[in-house]
Amino acid sequence: MSHVTQAPLGRPPVALAPTQTVRLNINGQAHTLQIAPWTTLLDALREYLDLTGTKKGCDHGQCGACTVLVDGKRINSCLSLAVMHEDSHIQTIEGLGTEDKLSPLQQAFIDHDAFQCGYCTPGQICSAQGLLNEGKAKTEAQVRELMSGNVCRCGAYSNILSAVMEVLNNEGLLIEDNAWSAGAANQDMPPVEPPKK
Amino acid sequence: MNSFTFTQATAVADAVQANAAHDDAAYIGGGTNLIDLMKENVARPTHLIGLKKLGLDAIENLPDGGLRLGALATNADTAWHPEVEKRYPLLNQAILAGASPQLRNMATDGGNLMQRTRCYYFYDLATPCNKREPGSGCSAIGGYNRVCGILGTSDQCIATHPSDMCVALAALDTTVRVSGPNGERTIKFEDFHRLPGDQPERDNTLEPGELITGLDLPAKGFEKNFSYLKLRDRTSYAFALVSVAAALELDGDTIKDARLALGGVAHKPWRDKEAEAMLVGQPATADTFRRVAAKVLAPAKGYGANTFKIELAKRAIVRALKQATEMNQLVDTDAFQNSNP
Repeated sequence: MSHVTQAPLGRPPVALAPTQTVRLNINGQAHTLQIAPWTTLLDALREYLDLTGTKKGCDHGQCGACTVLVDGKRINSCLSLAVMHEDSHIQTIEGLGTEDKLSPLQQAFIDHDAFQCGYCTPGQICSAQGLLNEGKAKTEAQVRELMSGNVCRCGAYSNILSAVMEVLNNEGLLIEDNAWSAGAANQDMPPVEPPKK
Repeated sequence: MNSFTFTQATAVADAVQANAAHDDAAYIGGGTNLIDLMKENVARPTHLIGLKKLGLDAIENLPDGGLRLGALATNADTAWHPEVEKRYPLLNQAILAGASPQLRNMATDGGNLMQRTRCYYFYDLATPCNKREPGSGCSAIGGYNRVCGILGTSDQCIATHPSDMCVALAALDTTVRVSGPNGERTIKFEDFHRLPGDQPERDNTLEPGELITGLDLPAKGFEKNFSYLKLRDRTSYAFALVSVAAALELDGDTIKDARLALGGVAHKPWRDKEAEAMLVGQPATADTFRRVAAKVLAPAKGYGANTFKIELAKRAIVRALKQATEMNQLVDTDAFQNSNP
């Protein structure tokens, strides 16, 4: 039995739908774009606004590299169309801190060496910021569960966990019997001295 | 992705009208499944109708003691809603067992019902699939079918419905509210999704152009004795191989009322009302649970790579009912299990 998987040859070409005007509020700044309706929020950020901190990993909502905050809530920007976000406040990694004053999570990721190649890091940090905003994770197991939408190919998970736990601890968001001591996630590992310059 | 146009609807009637005005239009809520299917060229709508501004995102108490979930409420807002946490903890746990926090923040309650199977062959344009292309054949039968169904399958399709949330909604006897070209109507949850039969391309009983507007939970939430047990290849962010929503009403050790629904095993959340009736009046013991599990799985059929699901489902039913009885977490499948009072 023959099986047709492609549009049959000879089908007339379909005219592309026209672009449309989309107003986006990103990191407190208003932008007006003229884009095709099938432009994902991720592609709008990276290809039209040069906000390349947000990364494209799988482009199917499975890896979390594209995580941004919309009205304070973390989402996968690859599975959302830009046209669906008029009137929302979008925050990307570029809007979380400044070079002079990093956000607490950004600083904690550096302090805990919570990355190797760094490709997943903007998504990890935006996701962790969403987790903080939600205020639901109060134990280490819950942080692990609520960070499961972000994959790290380098396997920096234990240090990512340390970084997130430290910020939660500093903000008094953990339940008491889960009070965190730095390095507890790496009990099997000896502490690593930072290199002296 | 194919070329399409997009309009944002601001009223249900406008959305329904816009749908009727286009060939191959589709409603879009969170888009978490639809956009993925469009990227894979499995779905090719020519027009999308945005629903986020319909004002259907509220969660409100009903006069009869029930709770109405607006179709556009997100899965996350639903799971963490105080009334859901307190009165429908089974639903809270089922939602939190599914997807990732990012996806739950986007995905809507109506969209959760509308998501399509994750059968590998449905997504793979290079292989025949009766659900994607009616009449082309089923690659899962005789293929790699580890994730496929064992109950209610047909010789044309053995796909499963992938939702966790819907398994709890089925157990709770939810009513689906829809609006369409012919007005409004309600559909009992058990009648919403369908078995594949000889029309596997149809996932549900919606008529063309109909739109889900809300989900009504009845007053009875089984908040004292419940369990959502989800078994999967890793303990987070994976679809169920088998899941069980168990809810009991107990009088001492005797079962007064029972609900049991399975996920990951059929084209729809699987309920067996005869098996539920077998629980009523019986002591809540492992013996009772084993008899009921054997009854539920009696008509099951394995297809090779998924045959293990038959025994797994039996044991999952026994364990979920035991967890519901004792309200103890017997297996570490969920960091939020028992986080409810």
